[in-house]
Amino acid sequence: MRLISMQNSVPVSDDLHHQPAAKRARGSRKIAGRALVLLASLGFLLVLFIQILHTTGTSTAGFSDWRPILIAYPVWAVAFGIGQVLTRGERGQRALFLLPAVFFTVAVVIFPTIFGIYIASLDWNLSSIEGPRFSGFDNVRGMLNDTYYWNALGNMVFYTAAVLGEYAIAFGLALLLSAEIRARKFFRVVFLLPMMLSPVAVSWMIGKSLMEYRFGPAATLARYLGWDNPAFFASPWMARFSIQAMDAWVSIPFIMIILLAGLQAMPKEVQEAAKVDGANGWQSFWHVTFPIMLPVSITVLIIRIIFKLKLADLVINVTAGGPGGATDTVSSFIYRVYRDRSNVGYGTALAMVYLLMIIVLLTVLLRLSKRWTQKIV
Amino acid sequence: MTRSTLALKPVQRRPAAPRAKRTLSRVLIYAALLFWTIICLFPIYWTVTTSFKSAVDVTQAHLVPWVDFQPDWKGWRSLGLSPDTLFGTSTARSEFANRFVNSIITSVGASLLALILGSLAAYGLSRFRYKFAWMRNDDILFFFMSQLILPPVVLALPFLVLYKALALLDTRLGLVLLYTLTVLPIVIWIMRDQFNAIPIELDEAAFVDGLSTWGAFLRIILPLAVPGMMAAFILSLVLCWNEYFFAALLTSTDAKTLPVMVASQTGSQGINWWSMAALSTAAIAPLVLVGIFLERYIVSGLTTGAGK
Repeated sequence: MRLISMQNSVPVSDDLHHQPAAKRARGSRKIAGRALVLLASLGFLLVLFIQILHTTGTSTAGFSDWRPILIAYPVWAVAFGIGQVLTRGERGQRALFLLPAVFFTVAVVIFPTIFGIYIASLDWNLSSIEGPRFSGFDNVRGMLNDTYYWNALGNMVFYTAAVLGEYAIAFGLALLLSAEIRARKFFRVVFLLPMMLSPVAVSWMIGKSLMEYRFGPAATLARYLGWDNPAFFASPWMARFSIQAMDAWVSIPFIMIILLAGLQAMPKEVQEAAKVDGANGWQSFWHVTFPIMLPVSITVLIIRIIFKLKLADLVINVTAGGPGGATDTVSSFIYRVYRDRSNVGYGTALAMVYLLMIIVLLTVLLRLSKRWTQKIV
Repeated sequence: MTRSTLALKPVQRRPAAPRAKRTLSRVLIYAALLFWTIICLFPIYWTVTTSFKSAVDVTQAHLVPWVDFQPDWKGWRSLGLSPDTLFGTSTARSEFANRFVNSIITSVGASLLALILGSLAAYGLSRFRYKFAWMRNDDILFFFMSQLILPPVVLALPFLVLYKALALLDTRLGLVLLYTLTVLPIVIWIMRDQFNAIPIELDEAAFVDGLSTWGAFLRIILPLAVPGMMAAFILSLVLCWNEYFFAALLTSTDAKTLPVMVASQTGSQGINWWSMAALSTAAIAPLVLVGIFLERYIVSGLTTGAGK
């Protein structure tokens, strides 16, 4: 009792004896901060506990869904932030910059990913009567024999390799835009536009109407140029190229704009020096511009590959993977496993294996790229 | 001295390079520019004009309005957006308006949330040294950036189950949270470059003037970072507005967004080209306008970071 009353008296004495109180006040703030965090944590755990009891049926008291947890979490996070400032002062204020993003990401990623690993080990088909059943690594074993999955992975190799082509075109366009031209702003806006369009809309605009076999303008043009049977989505390789062309159309502007930003940030003297030394256009590009742009290039290539590995909406909406899985990406294939076969456990297992492959691939890429960029700089 | 003699060199050489060659390269540059302009604009032009065509004009590939074909509000009438149907009641229009509002709320909401969270984290990472267990600044940055590689398929199903429990299925809030996650790494990436480009002496001057850490950030640094924030916001907006995968899986009636509506229309075979074209045009129009009017912010916002 006595202890508590003493603590309470501290803020009162704060104003009266300014100098000596400061130290004690900090101590009390520390305690107040700790108490706040403790209280908030207890409250959060209490809500969680009640809800778990309610869901498992041990207790009738509780809420109809887990919404309260959703509210309790930010409240706890805010309390934790205030607690940080109270206990750690300036350093707590600094931590406050980072904490919101950390709490958000942890809440939204960590739990679903762990839960996803759990689902991946289940034999769970929504259309069968029996519910989820634990099956360990059965899904992964099934995957090894799934030719469609390996086929989709093979397609991903093609799509990913095609990023280099997109990059080459985008670099060309960026160089064109940074050359001395009239109406530069107009061209820049126009070249950027495809990036703004939704892939779903593009899949109709280009895939289903422009490239339409009977009277799409692209088919008409192809006939005029001497291709008798302009079926863009009939043969496997043609379909793959068509999907890739559409994806390139949408994504080249992004690569271009980053490269353009890099070109604009490049010191003008370097290129002038190359000119002075008598280098022609190709030489000054290959020996000056390209090496200077290499770090930017590698960054944009890696980001582009990351996005390419997620490619799904175009394929789902234009070909649905056909003909015979020739255009399937891993994402679109898993989408069909979910939607058409309702095979939840298997689909998630495929996704998890895919994630592992991506992590390995990107780790290797990042290591390699670090070596290259260091060599240049 | 040496510099001036070097600079003279090309002047002496220039006559050797014939004028014709320069003209040729000009012509080639403009030809390439025009070619790519056509590639960029033709699909948009085709979609917009098709929304005014009747069946005959579509099948006969008529291209130029008033010359080839007589434009008609056909596609827009089916959406309830043509002049004669605009003030009547239309179920198609109210559905479209609902999806449109959903798309705006989810994409703007997610972009704003990501911008706030991302700017704060980026500023912290660019100015202070953190230590959390074994993680230093670089590790924390990598933790954020690594969220970028998560393919939507990995998160799709866990989120479906999670959102069901949280009663977030088919709500805009659910989509906002998920979209924020997908664009947060990009915002942090752009904003960190932006803050790194602002000299740290400005912060120190602010401290000397008696501002606190947060005061210096909010009143001195943040106003200087507006170009980067615009670029990050627009890029997030583009990604969120166009997102299809999660929206298709996590919404059914209330929170459906425009891409899902467009996709569900393309799926049915007997759909009219003109109404499909009108729908696509309406779906891409907002971002096309954003692209035309805010394009300079994207480039200028990215330029500060790309230099390194």
